[in-house]
Amino acid sequence: MSGSERADLMELYQSIILDHNRRPKNYGALEVATARRHDRNPACGDEIHLDLHVEDDVITDVKFTAEGCAVSRASASIMTQAVKGKSREEADALFVQFRELVTGKLNPTPDEVRKLGEIAAFSGVSRFPIRVKCASMAWHSLQAALRGDASAS
Amino acid sequence: MRNPRRADFPLLAANPELHYLDSAATSQKPRVVLDAMRDYYERDNANPHRGAYDLSVRATERYHDARATIARFLGVADPDCLLFTRGTTESLNLVATAWGYANINAGDEIIVTALEHHANFVPWQQLAFARGARFVVCPLTSDERVDLDALRALVSSRTKVVAFSHVSNAVGTVNPVQEMAAIARAVGALVVCDGAQGAPHLRVGFDALDVDFYAFSGHKMCGPMGIGGLIGRRDILEAMPPYQFGGDMIEFVRDDHSTWNVLPHKFEAGTPNVADAVGLAAACTYLDGIGMDDVLAHERALTALATERLSHIEGIRVYGPPPAGRSGVVSFTMSDIHPHDLATILDQNGVCIRAGHHCAQPLMRRLGVSATARASFYVYSDERDVDALVLALDKARVLFAEPATSR
Repeated sequence: MSGSERADLMELYQSIILDHNRRPKNYGALEVATARRHDRNPACGDEIHLDLHVEDDVITDVKFTAEGCAVSRASASIMTQAVKGKSREEADALFVQFRELVTGKLNPTPDEVRKLGEIAAFSGVSRFPIRVKCASMAWHSLQAALRGDASAS
Repeated sequence: MRNPRRADFPLLAANPELHYLDSAATSQKPRVVLDAMRDYYERDNANPHRGAYDLSVRATERYHDARATIARFLGVADPDCLLFTRGTTESLNLVATAWGYANINAGDEIIVTALEHHANFVPWQQLAFARGARFVVCPLTSDERVDLDALRALVSSRTKVVAFSHVSNAVGTVNPVQEMAAIARAVGALVVCDGAQGAPHLRVGFDALDVDFYAFSGHKMCGPMGIGGLIGRRDILEAMPPYQFGGDMIEFVRDDHSTWNVLPHKFEAGTPNVADAVGLAAACTYLDGIGMDDVLAHERALTALATERLSHIEGIRVYGPPPAGRSGVVSFTMSDIHPHDLATILDQNGVCIRAGHHCAQPLMRRLGVSATARASFYVYSDERDVDALVLALDKARVLFAEPATSR
């Protein structure tokens, strides 16, 4: 393994991501929810249950449970923290930023990194194109829940 | 020292540090195979079976010779009973469709095993649903072998098909084909063997196996992608309706009816895949040069070594029977590190493994996992591949270890 490859790996599996994988935040189910999703990635078997409570256009609560790799679980955990208390519009804007970050289209400035908070930890995913799906799964579930789509499964 | 056979494989020769441990997915290709295909295109290419000119006759001969070579390699005395297909998946669909729709009726039973790849599971499941037949999955022992007592108890006069793999792609179990065939024969069922993981690693000897159909893929046995075959018993193939219609497979076509060509052409509609057949024949000759007993012995030695060394890594569980009962497959999980994370970390260390359900979701469900990591060996693998695997797994363990000062 070359030095740069090791650096890539350390950036993908940095401690924020490993910590959230080990001890995810907002883990569980909501008693009262305005939307519930159950999504699966048939290619890898990853699974997520996402419960969402939206009041007056604001995400007042969100919880999840997930079966999958460290990247997908950590992403779900960090996402729930990031979108709680946000309006739909703010959550959508965050998703756009997240997508650009993991696909390597956004190279955040220090100021943007501050604003992104723990989401910035996913910048390392852009070096692993096949892992973009893992990182994005929870966000796609959230988008579908906000749109009010019925779960596929 | 690296396995000297790596020099036969241009991709491996060009990447001396690569540890390719995904041969159960597809093998690398020796130069002799690539050269044979190029040689065919450069010297003998024409549409075969149209023999109005010498070049077409040569193309026909190359195709014919390829079939004879592959048939000899797989132990088939009658090469016309070896049909070329795109691979195992198409071969199994051919049997399930052409034989299945002509012979399966309401109230019949089709038995597969819980080890099966989706390609030997879903075609039978869908056939059963379409014909109102019962689809039965034979259970496994606790070390992922087919439970033969259960199979004996499941078969009955209603059983029309017993379909099972020669070797499990997901965990490497080598099935006792003759014993399973005898159980199916006792009730008069059709015996279908998925040899996708058998033909590359074991001496097949079709004529002595006592199965009715044997399906295989070229690309897992040093051959090109896009070709494989189905070996069938002549009487069954002759009684079966065709699978696809078109050129080459017909005898006479009239407005009100058509008749079919003889074997093997009856099941090979359209322009045949001559170059890939030539490539696959070269692959069989290459494997014959090593000797299939040596191929298996080499894989078993590496499988045993890898299994033993993995057993010393904390949290690793290897699936399937002991190495002597497996081909070159080591399927495992490592504590709570997801196989996809393992695959990424191993890849960064030059080690290519497969992570996922291996197209065997029914098996994964029974193992109680959504995925496993799978390292698989072939003729070019060596102990350095095992070293690299073990080293990279240890790095993964360290990376994912709980930090000493956790929150």
